[in-house]
Amino acid sequence: MELTNGAEATVKLEGGYLTKDRVAKRYRLRELDERIRKERTKAESRLMSEARRLGIPTPIIYDVENSVIRMQYIPGTPLKHVINDELSERLGKLVGLLHTGGIIHGDLTTSNLILYNDRLYMIDFGLSFMNCGVEARGVDVHVLFQTFESTHHDHKSLTEAFCRGYRHVFTGADEVLDRVTEIEKRGRYA
Amino acid sequence: MKGTVLGIEGTAWNLSAAIVNEKDVIAEVTDTYSPATGGIHPREAAQHHARYASTVIRKVLEEAKRKGITPSDIDAIAFSQGPGLGACLRTVATAARMLAIKFNVPLVGVNHCLAHIEIGRWKTPARDPVTLYVSGANSQVLAYRMGRYRVFGETLDIGLGNAFDKFARSAGLSHPGGPKIEQLAKKSTNYIPLPYVVKGMDLSFSGLSTAATEALKRNSLEDVCYSLQETAFSMIVEVTERALAHTGKNEVLLAGGVGANMRLREMLDIMCSDRGVSFHVPEKRYMGDNGAMIAYLGLLMYSSGDVMSIENSHVNPNFRPDDVDVTWLE
Ligand SMILES: Nc1ncnc2c1ncn2[C@@H]1O[C@H](COP(=O)(O)OP(=O)(O)OP(=O)(O)O)[C@@H](O)[C@H]1O
Ligand SMILES: Nc1ncnc2c1ncn2[C@@H]1O[C@H](COP(=O)(O)OP(=O)(O)OP(=O)(O)O)[C@@H](O)[C@H]1O
Ligand SMILES: [Mg+2]
Repeated sequence: MELTNGAEATVKLEGGYLTKDRVAKRYRLRELDERIRKERTKAESRLMSEARRLGIPTPIIYDVENSVIRMQYIPGTPLKHVINDELSERLGKLVGLLHTGGIIHGDLTTSNLILYNDRLYMIDFGLSFMNCGVEARGVDVHVLFQTFESTHHDHKSLTEAFCRGYRHVFTGADEVLDRVTEIEKRGRYA
Repeated sequence: MKGTVLGIEGTAWNLSAAIVNEKDVIAEVTDTYSPATGGIHPREAAQHHARYASTVIRKVLEEAKRKGITPSDIDAIAFSQGPGLGACLRTVATAARMLAIKFNVPLVGVNHCLAHIEIGRWKTPARDPVTLYVSGANSQVLAYRMGRYRVFGETLDIGLGNAFDKFARSAGLSHPGGPKIEQLAKKSTNYIPLPYVVKGMDLSFSGLSTAATEALKRNSLEDVCYSLQETAFSMIVEVTERALAHTGKNEVLLAGGVGANMRLREMLDIMCSDRGVSFHVPEKRYMGDNGAMIAYLGLLMYSSGDVMSIENSHVNPNFRPDDVDVTWLE
């Protein structure tokens, strides 16, 4: 059964597990396309497991082959459909844990979290990388705030709730949140 | 929608005035600033606009008169309020205020990015598209949702056109570099790996431009131009595709000066046909900065009563498209 035809991968449910296949893009040069798909598959499988070691719920990975990952299926609801202040605060805590552990998710959106059995699972680590810099962390949070703004009408209180959670677990939070404000203000005109 | 609006564009290098009504563009006159050396010098560009504003306006009124439209037919004056270079914006706003007083009609302050989208919706069959807007200073993916055009992704540093121009300068090519890079790229098929930087829905081009300059030390100019284009365009097409997946929309509209590039169009065309969505490109004269788009969005806003007083007509160099309440769509 095909679950979604997301932007970069086909996600299928087969025999109780989930297959994520990063399909080739005809618009990109073959060698560039292969490099990107391979890099992202590798980053995803490695950092998804690394994040779980930090205490963040993520699907268990069963197998990786070229640009295909077989992983545990999380039969929950995308955070996008259920988000409220309380869940946003919990998300802030998860991202705080992730950043404390030196991981940048790279694509924090409310579609990339799944609520299941009252646990928030983080998925889609294809753009993740290791980095402890303020800028990388700031951009990570900025990307999430942008989804709040473009897809949720009560984005102000969601943002505040996220910050509460983030500050609660991560000692470097204030510096990162200041940077987020700066990133938002950066004029495009020099 | 009814009326006739005179609009003036002057956010950067192009000074352009146009008169439009709901049927068509009646007249358009443009005078382009081209730097003697290097890139755009903001002060010189503003001086250029100040020097030629009255001529451009006089000419556009003359052209309209030949088609039977006189100043007494004009219902409002629109101007590009931002984003853009502060000095240029102020020069154009001053000219617009003077005209509004002279003709005794209201002023309409137009967001430049939204004008690019609206002229595309006017001049192509696109109705509710995901817009890829790539110009010198801007690179954004936008789509309409609940009363505003939302920015789904954008550059975190410089616009793609500026990244091209910056690289071109370092390679000794004259401004603007984009078209020269396109021509040189056609002579190569040898891809050199360059940094591909997509962060969520956002992009970064300044590292790419620097890496391309670095790569010139070991590779031919043609190979670097080819690789720069392939890398940068793959990034923006990827983000456009993600915006399609997230919004569920089924049209793509291309806007901005970089949209002239045929390789970019080809890649977007392939992506769109693989996803089964339609792809729309306006005529070249409506892709880069032009007065018609300012006059046209001015007309839409005027028709919905969205006008401003002289006192409230300050320019805004960092005017964001998602700050505008869209009054002209149902
Ligand atoms: N382990 C999983 N359990 C349940 N659902 C999943 C799982 N992995 C992915 N999905 C579903 O499939 C969708 C696409 O997966 P994912 O985000 O990993 O792919 P993607 O192609 O990178 O998406 P995009 O580029 O659009 O963010 C998710 O939004 C989610 O709904
Ligand atoms: N064929 C081409 N290929 C690539 N880039 C191009 C091509 N033609 C023009 N460009 C680039 O487009 C840019 C100019 O775009 P545009 O006309 O939209 O002006 P702008 O002042 O940068 O616009 P804005 O104010 O909307 O940011 C320049 O950076 C130029 O190098
Ligand atoms: Mg995803």
